[in-house]
Amino acid sequence: MTPDKKAGQESIVGRGSREGARLFREWFQRLSGAAERGEPTAYVFVMGSIAEVLNAFGFNLVFPEISSLQTAVRRVAHEYLTVAEDYGYSPDVCGYVKADVGVQLRNGEHPMGRIPKPTLSILTNACNTYMKWGEIWERWYGNATFALDSPGARSANLHTQPGDQDFENDRKYVEFQLRELITLCEQLTGTQFDIDKLRETMQYTNDMSAAWKRVLELNRSAPAPFNALNEGTVYLGVANALRGKKEGSEFFRDLVEEMEFKSRNRIGTLTEEKYRLTFVGVPCYPIFRRFYDLFAEWGGTFVNSTYLKFASGGLNLGYQYDLNRPLESLAEGTLLSLRHAMDSMFFQNQDLVDEVDEFHVDGIVYHPIKSCRTVSTGLADNRRAVMAARDIATLFIESDMMDKRVVSEAQMKNRIDAFFEGLATRKLHAAAAA
Amino acid sequence: MQVLEGWQDRSLDQVIGLCREFVEDGDFPTVRRWREAGGKVLGHFQVYFPEELAHAAGMLPVKVRGAAIDRKRADAYFGSYLCSIIRSSLDLALTGTVQLDMFVTHPICDVARNLAGVWSRNFAYPSQILYLPQNANSAYSAQYLRDEYARVLRTIEQVADRQVSEDDLRRSITVFNENRRLLHRIYAIKRQTPWLLSVDEAYVLVSIGGMIPREEHNALLTAVIPMIEARAGKKQDKIRVVFEGGFCEQPPLDLLRVIGQSCYVVDDDLLIGLRWLLQDVPTTGDPLMNLADAYLNDSSYSPVQHDLRKPKEKMLLDRMKNAEASAAIITAAKMCEPGLEEQVAYSKKLDELNIPYFISEFEEKMTGFDHMQIQLETFVENILFE
Repeated sequence: MTPDKKAGQESIVGRGSREGARLFREWFQRLSGAAERGEPTAYVFVMGSIAEVLNAFGFNLVFPEISSLQTAVRRVAHEYLTVAEDYGYSPDVCGYVKADVGVQLRNGEHPMGRIPKPTLSILTNACNTYMKWGEIWERWYGNATFALDSPGARSANLHTQPGDQDFENDRKYVEFQLRELITLCEQLTGTQFDIDKLRETMQYTNDMSAAWKRVLELNRSAPAPFNALNEGTVYLGVANALRGKKEGSEFFRDLVEEMEFKSRNRIGTLTEEKYRLTFVGVPCYPIFRRFYDLFAEWGGTFVNSTYLKFASGGLNLGYQYDLNRPLESLAEGTLLSLRHAMDSMFFQNQDLVDEVDEFHVDGIVYHPIKSCRTVSTGLADNRRAVMAARDIATLFIESDMMDKRVVSEAQMKNRIDAFFEGLATRKLHAAAAA
Repeated sequence: MQVLEGWQDRSLDQVIGLCREFVEDGDFPTVRRWREAGGKVLGHFQVYFPEELAHAAGMLPVKVRGAAIDRKRADAYFGSYLCSIIRSSLDLALTGTVQLDMFVTHPICDVARNLAGVWSRNFAYPSQILYLPQNANSAYSAQYLRDEYARVLRTIEQVADRQVSEDDLRRSITVFNENRRLLHRIYAIKRQTPWLLSVDEAYVLVSIGGMIPREEHNALLTAVIPMIEARAGKKQDKIRVVFEGGFCEQPPLDLLRVIGQSCYVVDDDLLIGLRWLLQDVPTTGDPLMNLADAYLNDSSYSPVQHDLRKPKEKMLLDRMKNAEASAAIITAAKMCEPGLEEQVAYSKKLDELNIPYFISEFEEKMTGFDHMQIQLETFVENILFE
């Protein structure tokens, strides 16, 4: 290694994870004092946060999905789930919802700070549970509630495009709602809408969107510059929490630099990347690190993940808002990006097949979870379709993203070990055939 | 053609018995007869679909609402932790028991919206989502829905291989208006004289409508309603309850029968999609806009529609008040997240108002009801002897 390369490596490699974690912590800490500072707070979701509009009005954004998963990562989710179940929620209800119910019933107390109460909540239709979730806050706090409905693809082969009549019908609907949301925000904050502020935040989102697309593409390199499961999740946190913000834009600019550097210099995440994997579903947060290790110990790296697409609200699409017609473009971008996010959950089988070659994938890991039926319902059938279309190894393991009672680590390890043994055999056969 | 034969000139009990046989028949013989006669079938998943669109194109709209069958194939297409209705519905299609020419699902829940993907990966016919508006409170929602109906109608026209005119739609709206009036009369009987019609009897009379041409259903109901009203029933000392939780997956008939033995079910949300629209849809003007407007602004409620004008607890209390019910049976299908979530909201409000309620879960295929019967009888006794 040359001295220049070594110096570059020391300053750049791992910067995204370090900075991402720092920015994320700072963002969370700012939430704690929001109520005391008299700042308005909006509860939003990762798929369709409409951060651009809310940033223009100075809202703090709380992502209850993120708050909930943080309780699982910090291994205290069960405390919150128990509070919600004692209150009456069934064990079969989404763990994110229940962890948040626990947080709310504990007056916002959370391992990373205190969650302020909502001034406004934005419920998008990308997940139906968002709607039911929002009704809980509405019931408890009487806060303003806005359902932002952005219709998705009607079927796998029905993708209208800008200019099509059906697309325009949907776009007008979304634009109308955005205008109604702006009026509501004006009423709630007593602030007049400033379209230049909207343009500014949209530009930051443009930067982030282009960068996120590029970052994901760079993982086609071998070895992959980042693991989509763990480092990817850190980047994803910033993509959501700082969407439409200057710090978010700068973070992603630097992240592209890091990933390009790693790609150029063939720096991966493991000593030896033996197997390249795609992850389909939501991570197993109750054993987040261990789940990663179960694959890494075999030399398996997740080079790609549907999670990084849908949980970024389709930011990976790289859509660029046209700042000359901000509201029309915001509606169009919301529609296309959210549709892409939903496609990544409902109609992703062909993409997965295509990405086998694009990302040089050896196997696909499906991780349906009890808590999230949006993501999980179609996965068994999806797997059948993928395997019918392509000779590719797949693994199907069910657990949960929140509830450790549903996570059987020993059973999971057996399945994962068998999967890698199968992958090793496949490689041997392929080498022999060659 | 007639797909439901043999009910004319029969006694009320015989007609109800016949309907019960058809509703419980996992082979869906009425749909099969329609298809064998050359008719096309549009299957629409719960909860609400504007059946007038399919009817106007000469198709048979069939409510896809699962069945209490022994599943043969569908379990391999789904993971765990999912409701039964999607498994049995897919099984009926995979085994060819119910053959469709088009399938429509809705974004009513996280599970149902996945069905367009599942269906389209397994069947060649059009399978898609009708995106009913999730924002019922936007001033643009009705226009959006009108345009969405127009989009779906174009696919229906392709499948049916015929153009649908506005007058076709108006004629269909007229048929369905009559049907809704008749269904509302059945429910008026339940509310006013529940001893004349038990919950399971009413259920089969309503449910059969989802699997036969609506003209036939209208004829059937027109014939049986006077027979019900003329029935020699005696009022018994039973509590009046509202049943909630039947908006999507359907409880077994025997479960309803068990409830009916202890209570008068004076209103419910069973197959609420068939009764979603509360008034006649106007037959003048733009028929698609009229249907869209009725869906949004003149409609019932369910846990799977978010509408700021319809807080669920208030809607339940209104339903109970209108039916003069003194208690509620709050059920949810197993693994039905919206139903389970609503149970909490309902129970908290009923607790607050000191209104008795009975909480339960069901599955379409469950067979043992003894335990539930004992619990329910205890619940009723507690109220009666309070």
